[in-house]
Parts: sequence; C-alpha cells; structure tokens
Amino acid sequence: MKEALHLVHKYLRSSKRFPHIWCAGCGIGIFMQALIRVIDQSGYSKDDVVLISGIGCSGRLPVYVDFNTLHTTHGRALTFATGIKLAKPRLKVITVMGDGDAIAIGGNHLIHAARRNVEIASFVINNQVYGMTGGQCSPTTPYGLRTTSSPYGNLEPNFDICRVVEAAGAAFVARATVYHTRLLDQLIGKALDKKGFAMVEVISQCVVYSGRYLGLDSPVEMMMWQKDNSIPVAKASKLSEAELKGKIVTGVLVDREKPSYHEEYEKLPRKKSKV
Amino acid sequence: MRKITRKQVLLQGNEACVKGALMAGCRFYAGYPITPATEIMEIMAKELPEAGGVFIQMEDEIASLGAVIGASLTGVKSMTATSGPGFSLMQEHIGFACMAEVPCVIVDVMRAGPSTGLPTQPSQGDVMQARWGTHGDHPIIALAPSSVYECLELTVQAFNLSERYRTPLILLIDEVVAHMREGMVLPSGEDIEIEERPQPTVPPEWYIPYGDPGTGVPPMSAFGDGYRYHVTGLYHDIRGYPTVRKDEVEPLIQRLFSKISKDFDRLQWFDSFYTEDALITVIAYGCVARAALQAVREGRERGLKVGLIKLKLIWPFMRRTITKVLENSPKVLVPEMNIGQVSREVKRVNPGRCEVVTLNKVDGSLITPVEILKILEEIHP
Repeated sequence: MKEALHLVHKYLRSSKRFPHIWCAGCGIGIFMQALIRVIDQSGYSKDDVVLISGIGCSGRLPVYVDFNTLHTTHGRALTFATGIKLAKPRLKVITVMGDGDAIAIGGNHLIHAARRNVEIASFVINNQVYGMTGGQCSPTTPYGLRTTSSPYGNLEPNFDICRVVEAAGAAFVARATVYHTRLLDQLIGKALDKKGFAMVEVISQCVVYSGRYLGLDSPVEMMMWQKDNSIPVAKASKLSEAELKGKIVTGVLVDREKPSYHEEYEKLPRKKSKV
Repeated sequence: MRKITRKQVLLQGNEACVKGALMAGCRFYAGYPITPATEIMEIMAKELPEAGGVFIQMEDEIASLGAVIGASLTGVKSMTATSGPGFSLMQEHIGFACMAEVPCVIVDVMRAGPSTGLPTQPSQGDVMQARWGTHGDHPIIALAPSSVYECLELTVQAFNLSERYRTPLILLIDEVVAHMREGMVLPSGEDIEIEERPQPTVPPEWYIPYGDPGTGVPPMSAFGDGYRYHVTGLYHDIRGYPTVRKDEVEPLIQRLFSKISKDFDRLQWFDSFYTEDALITVIAYGCVARAALQAVREGRERGLKVGLIKLKLIWPFMRRTITKVLENSPKVLVPEMNIGQVSREVKRVNPGRCEVVTLNKVDGSLITPVEILKILEEIHP
C-alpha cells in the first residue's frame, strides 16, 4: 500500500484528471500501475519519458500519468513515436495501444515500426474486443464469438499479434497477462531496456463486453481464466500445436540483437559543423 | 562584417522548395513517394543527414504526417510533401495538427484528380481540399507559388507562419511550377527572416500549455525540455486535458480561429499588375497567373484596360483585398485549372456590382495566354 501510494503521488497527475474512465474490473489500470512501477524502479527521469497512445480505452492512459504525454489518432501512435524517437533519440519513447488500435487500423504501422526496428517500447493491451465503441469484434476476437458486430458469430480467424510482430522483425517480443503481474513487470522492464523495437502483448480483460460474451461474469473469473489458460514459453515449446490451441503462451518469445533505426541513421555522412 | 554572397542558380520548383525549407530551419522530413512531389523527398533524403537532420521514408502518407507531428513536438521544424492521393490520406493528421496546435508544413504538388486521376498532369483541384479536407470546423493557411523563386520564398513563409500561429501550413504547388526550371538568385541567410515558435518564459510548474497569453498562440515547450504536458486531438482545457465542458470547448475552437483571423490585415499576400485603371481584373494563382500576366501585357499592348491580381495566399481567403478589386473593377476574370474553386470564393465576397467571369480547364492541359486574352477581348467593355 505504501509503495502504491508512493507511485500515486509521484506519477499520477493530481489536477482534474480523476476519476479515470475505465470500468470497474478493467485490466488497463493493472497495466498502468505495472508500467509506472517499472519506470520508477528503472530510474528514468519523468522529463525523458514520452508516453504515446492511440484511440480506445487504452488511449486514455497517458492523460493520467505525469510524463510527456501524447494521445494521437486511431492506430497511429507508432508513427508519432517514430518521429519523436528519431528527432530526439535521448528520449525514452513508449507506446500503449489496444488490440483494434494496434493490429487492425494500425496494423501497417505496427509491422513497419517492427521492421525498421525503431527503438520504441510498445505495449498492446489485448482485451479481444472494441470496448469503447460498445463491444464489436476485433482482429483478436476468437473465431465464432458473438459480439455486437458479429451477431451470428465471428467469421474471421484471429491474429496472433506476437507472431506478426516477430515476423516483421522486432528485436523483442513477449506476452504476459494482467494476472501475472510479476512476469508483467519483468517483461515491461526488458522492453524498456531493449535497444530496438520491443512489443509486449498484455492479455487483459474487458468485463463488460468480452467477459459477457465468453460467459465470464466477473473480473475475478476473467483473471482466473487468464491464469488457467496460460503456459510459460519454456513449457509450451514441448507441446504440439493442437495442445496449444486456445492457450496463452507467456514470457519472452523473441529477444535478438539487431541495430536499431537510429543507430543505422547515425552512420550516415554528416557535414562537419562550420562553427 | 561577413561578406554576403548571392549565387545565381538554375532550379526546379521542387528543388527550390527544399532550399527554402532548409533555410527556414527544417530538420525533419517524413514522406512517401508520389509523383509529382517525389523530388522533394529525394533531395531531402540526400541533404538532411548532411545538415544534421532526419529523413525517413514512411509506409504511407498517414504515417508520414504522424512522424512529422511527433518530430515537431520535440521542437524540430518538420515537413512532408505529397500529391492529391497522399494529401487525401493526410487529412486525418492535418486535423490533429490543427487541434493540438503543432507546427508543420505540408506540400501538396497538385495533379489532376479525383482519385488516382491523371498522373501526372497539372491541376489546381485541391484548393477546396486544402480548406475543408479534414473534418470539423478548423482554420487553415494555404499558400500558392507561381514561380520557382516563390517556391523558395513561400516555403520559408510557410514555416514562419506555421511556427508563429502553431498551425499546419499547406503549400499548394501545381505540377507545372513544381517541375519548371528557372534561373534565380539564391538568397543568403541574411536576406531571410526566420521565425520560431513562441517558447514558455515561466518555470515548468507555472506552464499552461494551452492557455491564451493574449496573442491567441500559447507558448510551446518541446518534449524532453522539462515541461511535461498532455497533447491530444480531443477538445481539451488550458492544461491540455480532455474536456466536454461547454465553457472550455467553445473558447478553444474560438481561439483556434481567432489566433489567425486577428491577423487578417497582415495576411494579404498578392502581387498586382496594371490594376489602377483596369476595366477587367484577372484573379489568378499558380501557373495560371503566369499565363494571365502574359495575356494582360499583350492586352495592354492592344489597348485593353486589363490588370492582374496574383494570389500568393489562398487561405484564409483575402476578402478585404478581393472585395476592393470587385468594387473598383467592373469585370473580373478568374481562370483556374479546376471546375471553379477560387472563383466560387470570389463570387461569395462579391458585393454585387462586379461581373465575375470564369475560365475553367480540367482536361490536364495548361490554360494559355491566348485563351485568357481571347476572353479579355470578348468581355472588354
């Protein structure tokens, strides 16, 4: 409690911003606390952190925290982040996106940011649904699920965000759930430290929509579902595709060394200053 | 005293635009290839690293303007360039830049549309898109050069106005001016006045990022300079935090307009030729203004009392200047390479006594001096 209060007083904006917009039982708050806890432990100066979001429930996160914060357009957080990182490389650039935000409308930006390997720590809070607009299916909604925009059941197979980002070339890819808070802290820390594009998929719950659709009626039930269906990556490597169907593989999925975009850029010829 | 050296050069319009941008202090470019704007990107790709700036080719035009706005938020003067199809994609972020008040310059080298249209025949079809392309009520400033030198001059001005008013600036170059080559004297740094965005003069804890300091333009701190604040495309209060309160929403949108409209008197950029006694005044811009000037000169040689107003500023529409023309000239001719976009504005501000004649061409070819002169002769009193 004392630790939480320290974080509240140090990192949350005191003026006019609360109560927050998230529903009771939403997982975004758990992620937000984990993020500021790790930033606090990592020793980054608040002046050097830029936190950028897109649109949706997750898009509202930056306004509550006392960094340089930027709430952009739907799906485009990574484009702004790219400009900020390249224009001022000393800044610690962090993006937070939702699943519809990152992989539907922002899918093109996500794969290209990963391919360029721009040094951005990005977090995709995946609640498998468009929550803010009223529970429509997203590219991560399970096949067959009935939602407000798939009243006869979702006809589309869902994306594995981590595989997409890995294939696109990211230096670091990991997955956690908001149930596994210690793991979440570790992965956030690794993503922040990575010299390259890092993406952590954070499986979260939308109690109001996806919970109701899945027949999980409370935040506790949803988080127990996360616990029961998660498999650490080391264990998952011994299982077959069939055994992993519907499971959440957690942990570090990819961690590789490759030059980041601005490291490559700095090798370009520059005119010597005349001064 | 340093010796000022001015170089005689042969430049293309797009090249001159890059020269102007670099002189104005642009050090970030993000873009996506598209004819007829690509030269701007190619030259930036070569020049910017050497100048200590950043160039990046993005995955599309939406991303390009997103990166430009991001870079500008760190305090770096930034720009992008595109043509009609890419300009359509950029509208989303032009609105963001208006709302969040982030200076940036967007060059639209106009080609004939709609859609993929006529790649890459010239056009002036994006005048109204520049004004109203992004959704919602918003102010906009757009400039249109008609010579290679003006490509340089107006690019510098675009950066200056963008920084001064904290607003996106649109440079509407038509394909002809962008690809034309002309000799010109390259101005040196001493010839050009460069403006910077207003900076906070108070310590961070006193900083009100979206307050009105009296000028309508709030001082802008760069990300990383110790003034932590929130930037959003939502309606926001003076601290930048989202709001739906009527007493905060209304003042914001009013300030966005008034910060520019209060300076309407300053923003009257045009050249006039032979207008004092003109019975017909031609109002033209871009490459058409060149043909119009030729037509007016030939008309004068034939004894016609004709003059020309060449617009450099397209938006906000120079109501005061144009109304004066309409009051003093019995007839006005507006030749344009579109279906009638500026002529619509001229008619809108017409007090009623003046006859507004239009000449519109939308087949991808130029309006020639002969075509303009023919009409001047036909309608001359």
